[in-house]
Amino acid sequence: MDITPELLDQHNLTEPEYGRIKELLGREPSFTELGIFSVMWSEHCSYKSSKIHLRRLPTEGECLVQGPGENAGIVDIGDGWCVAFKIESHNHPSFIEPYQGAATGVGGILRDIFTMGARPVASMNSLRFGPIRDEDSTGDESGKIIQRNRRIMAGVVKGLGDYGNAFGVPTIGGEVYFADCYSLNPLVNAFALGLVRREQIFYGKAEGIGNSVIYVGAKTGRDGIHGATMASAEFDEAAMEKRPTVQVGDPFAEKLLLEACLEAMRDGAIVGIQDMGAAGLTSSSCEMGARAGTGIEINLDLVPQRETAMTAYEMMLSESQERMLIVSERGRERQVLEIFQRWDLDAVIIGRVTGDQRLRVVHNGTVVADIPNVALTDEAPRYDRPQIAIIINTENVEPKITAGLKKVETEIRAATRTQVMTEALRRLIVSPNLASKEWVYRQYDHMVRTNTVVLPGSDAAVIRVKETRRSLAMSLDANGRYCRLNPREGARLAVAESARNVVCSGARPLAVTNCLNFASPERPEVMRSFSETIDGMAEACLAFGTPVTGGNVSFYNETEGRGIHPTPVIGMIGVIEEARHTTTQWFNEPGETILLLGLTRGDLGASELLMTLTGEETGAVPTLDLESEKAVQNVCLTAIKAGLVSSAHDCSDGGLAVALAESCFSSYRRAAQGASIDLDAHAAESDQHDVASLLFAESPSRIILSAKPENIAEIEKLAKEAGAACVRIGEVGGSDLTIRLGGEMLIEASVESLETAWRSALSFHLDRPAQMAAD
Amino acid sequence: MKFGVVVFPGSNCDHDTYHVVSKVIGQPVDFIWHKEEQIDRFDAIILPGGFSYGDYLRSGAIARFSPVMRSVRQFAEEGGLVMGICNGFQILCEAGLLPGALLRNRDLRFICEHINIRVERVDTPFTSACEPRQVLSLPIAHGEGNYFCDPETLDALEREGRVIFRYCDAEGSVTDESNPNGSLNNIAGICNSERNVLGLMPHPERASESLLGSSDGRAIFLSMADSLREMIKLRA
Amino acid sequence: MLAKVFVTLKNGVLDPQGKAIHHAAESIGYQGIADVRQGKYFEIQLDAGLDEALARSQVEKFAHDVLSNPVIEDYRVEIS
Repeated sequence: MDITPELLDQHNLTEPEYGRIKELLGREPSFTELGIFSVMWSEHCSYKSSKIHLRRLPTEGECLVQGPGENAGIVDIGDGWCVAFKIESHNHPSFIEPYQGAATGVGGILRDIFTMGARPVASMNSLRFGPIRDEDSTGDESGKIIQRNRRIMAGVVKGLGDYGNAFGVPTIGGEVYFADCYSLNPLVNAFALGLVRREQIFYGKAEGIGNSVIYVGAKTGRDGIHGATMASAEFDEAAMEKRPTVQVGDPFAEKLLLEACLEAMRDGAIVGIQDMGAAGLTSSSCEMGARAGTGIEINLDLVPQRETAMTAYEMMLSESQERMLIVSERGRERQVLEIFQRWDLDAVIIGRVTGDQRLRVVHNGTVVADIPNVALTDEAPRYDRPQIAIIINTENVEPKITAGLKKVETEIRAATRTQVMTEALRRLIVSPNLASKEWVYRQYDHMVRTNTVVLPGSDAAVIRVKETRRSLAMSLDANGRYCRLNPREGARLAVAESARNVVCSGARPLAVTNCLNFASPERPEVMRSFSETIDGMAEACLAFGTPVTGGNVSFYNETEGRGIHPTPVIGMIGVIEEARHTTTQWFNEPGETILLLGLTRGDLGASELLMTLTGEETGAVPTLDLESEKAVQNVCLTAIKAGLVSSAHDCSDGGLAVALAESCFSSYRRAAQGASIDLDAHAAESDQHDVASLLFAESPSRIILSAKPENIAEIEKLAKEAGAACVRIGEVGGSDLTIRLGGEMLIEASVESLETAWRSALSFHLDRPAQMAAD
Repeated sequence: MKFGVVVFPGSNCDHDTYHVVSKVIGQPVDFIWHKEEQIDRFDAIILPGGFSYGDYLRSGAIARFSPVMRSVRQFAEEGGLVMGICNGFQILCEAGLLPGALLRNRDLRFICEHINIRVERVDTPFTSACEPRQVLSLPIAHGEGNYFCDPETLDALEREGRVIFRYCDAEGSVTDESNPNGSLNNIAGICNSERNVLGLMPHPERASESLLGSSDGRAIFLSMADSLREMIKLRA
Repeated sequence: MLAKVFVTLKNGVLDPQGKAIHHAAESIGYQGIADVRQGKYFEIQLDAGLDEALARSQVEKFAHDVLSNPVIEDYRVEIS
């Protein structure tokens, strides 16, 4: 067939790329081969725009067992146990079909984990949607947009929940944020973590020439095949029935696949295994061959098929879910097949490992593709795409904050500053970004597997590891707003915050996975922000000694010329050495003393307060001093391990007042607590006298601790030795949250009224009759 | 004494239940594959939570046809202890071992949270170690837990004292606000007329260790172990 | 007037529900069942005096906008 410019365009291949394909093959590609190159050389599979930058991330560490390049990263947590973990995006599919897009995102990341031999024991997700509150959007279409955003969110949350719940992995945490730029580009990043014995780890390697290649799991259909194929009528008219491009998830099949895979791995007949994720059969076969330096030959006639008259092109590009490719030791195939049949899953030998380092595909008796593996993997294009300098926002937002507070004063006819500041706090905690995410996590089974020690809602989620004395803490963090205004600093702040969250739960930060969500890399300013993000992340990860073990890059998050904020999501995991060190953010008992580690600066740029008061995303982002950050984290962790601390809470989004309110709110089997705070000493220590900043600035490197009075002196001593600021700011007790400065009451509210507003805010926007009917 | 935990395709609380029986209350326990028919060696059978066969037709509707269910029915008829938790409760209802059905939650959403239930009867082998009217804090995690039956059945359940657990508030008052899913009469668990088959929606296995926030569920497993000890003694 | 709306998955979209039910039917012993596809069925009572053409257009729109998800589902309307 003729390979026309139109055809190349439909396959997202450029003329030079096509030239390179011909060079690598030494001939024109067949149509099937063209399809194979197009998926393997796609941004998604080849990382062609990001690879040269990703190299700058630190990927070495003592605990590291497997860094980037495999299905998931692996770190050692001691006692012979390792964890496999990774985060991946499913943004585009979730916009097209929120429920299935999100569900299959969970399915994909779970397979990445159990393909390494690890049983998934925890999942989390990082979500971003357009505004869901009527007042957060303007313009003629705003009503419709808000409605759609709500529908997308409801569908995504239900999809994530239904898949994880049925599969039986607890969804224990994550984050949800809202901004305009995500209206047409919602972000759905799914994280999963699994446990594996060090000697039981499996890799995606097709080792052993002559070994058998086995296809297991669901049948292959036309799911997810790129729309490009539909335009080429001449290639197969019989198969021109309407082809869906939406993949449908089947958590039941995935659960069976998990059990069967783990059983077959224990059995010892498996040499290598890989998930058929993006680009399904194609990527699994050529990547497994490339990693082992071997080749793979497969016969498509043997592939279990759900639909009739499928072409080689379709089978090689299908993204049908819940499938795996296994390389089994020659002569032991029967063992593998029997296990899968016992679990009612298809398992068929479809090919063998060869010594010629090529991917060879046979269909109807003829060779339809014959490509050197390296042409699809190592030889894939790499681009150092052009960048242009970007302007770092340094606007002083003080006048805007002052005007915003003035407006509040007028709106509520406030007579005192107490009323204004209390109202500002109330508005902050009911804003969708800061409101309780109970509406979301109530739909996730977060307790299955009976390991969840800290339920969703605290700084980091914590699970125990039944097999050891240790527990694992994990947190997902990103701040797209910061990263838009200052990508490098935003990335540093995100790493610092996730480390701080993990530390506040009593854990030592161990390693990182990341999901880098960006707009088009073909825009030089996007590419610059990507590059800056990598540098910021690298610097911070190096400082915390937390290597990056892998992750995912998602480019082209833009619709109708509007791109998302640069949104690098950090997934940090940490180890809690003893179960008794596990700490939460909640004030426990009246009479505890409240301490604040760190200093407050005038960091109101890009803050939640500015957004809530003015709807603007502007200003200078907070600056992070890595040394102070490390000092604060060290004091916190040392104090926790010494048994001195009752609660620890990261102070970030919304500032000190919001963090204090969160520490007061009730949690499972723990009543709400009041707190009376006096900021005089902290203001003096920080040399900060602006009331709005003291209450709402988002200065990093701050942690709120509460402790029994007899332990305070010792914590202060630790802080002094580490050179970290540590000031007593108040006491737990009563039913109100009060904050004073210089004798003046700044905030005064009953915790109950604050908590009710905070807890019901999301439900208020999402549980509307019209909305429910559409779910 | 030996416990059996049935593994259906799609069961996902099987390991959790096994863990509690073996490690927390320290009794012998084995998994039973759903295709097994020989279950004589067990003294109590637990149908665990999960999504058997994906719950794709109706919750529990396909699992009831598993070969093991014929044996479970016979086991129950002979007086053996059978407990169905969450999906296990749904399977017992579909199989006709317990009356009624579990409909979609009132608000149509999956709900995972800690709730309180009141122990209505302590004269069952599953609740003998509880105090009358004791309030237990247990988690629920289900999309279809809204207990429904016809008025005659409901009347019989109430009259015969077969409602074993009811959703309630922390003080033990049965209120509409404390009913998480819309169940009739706040029903969270029922038994058969012989009182040897129990079904409940909350997960006692998730609340049997204080590390997880509540150990209230342990009383149910301990009751079963006590009752089995009595039964074995009687048999001897 | 009664409108009946049948919502089914589009041809080629994986139907895990249908697949699981099909498999169960086989394992219980039902013979000759080649495939099972699951869908939803709605009965919609319409006002008696409604013009049939208008009724059809209303129900069609309702089926398209609300009852089905056009990305993965087809629907069919019957009015009697």
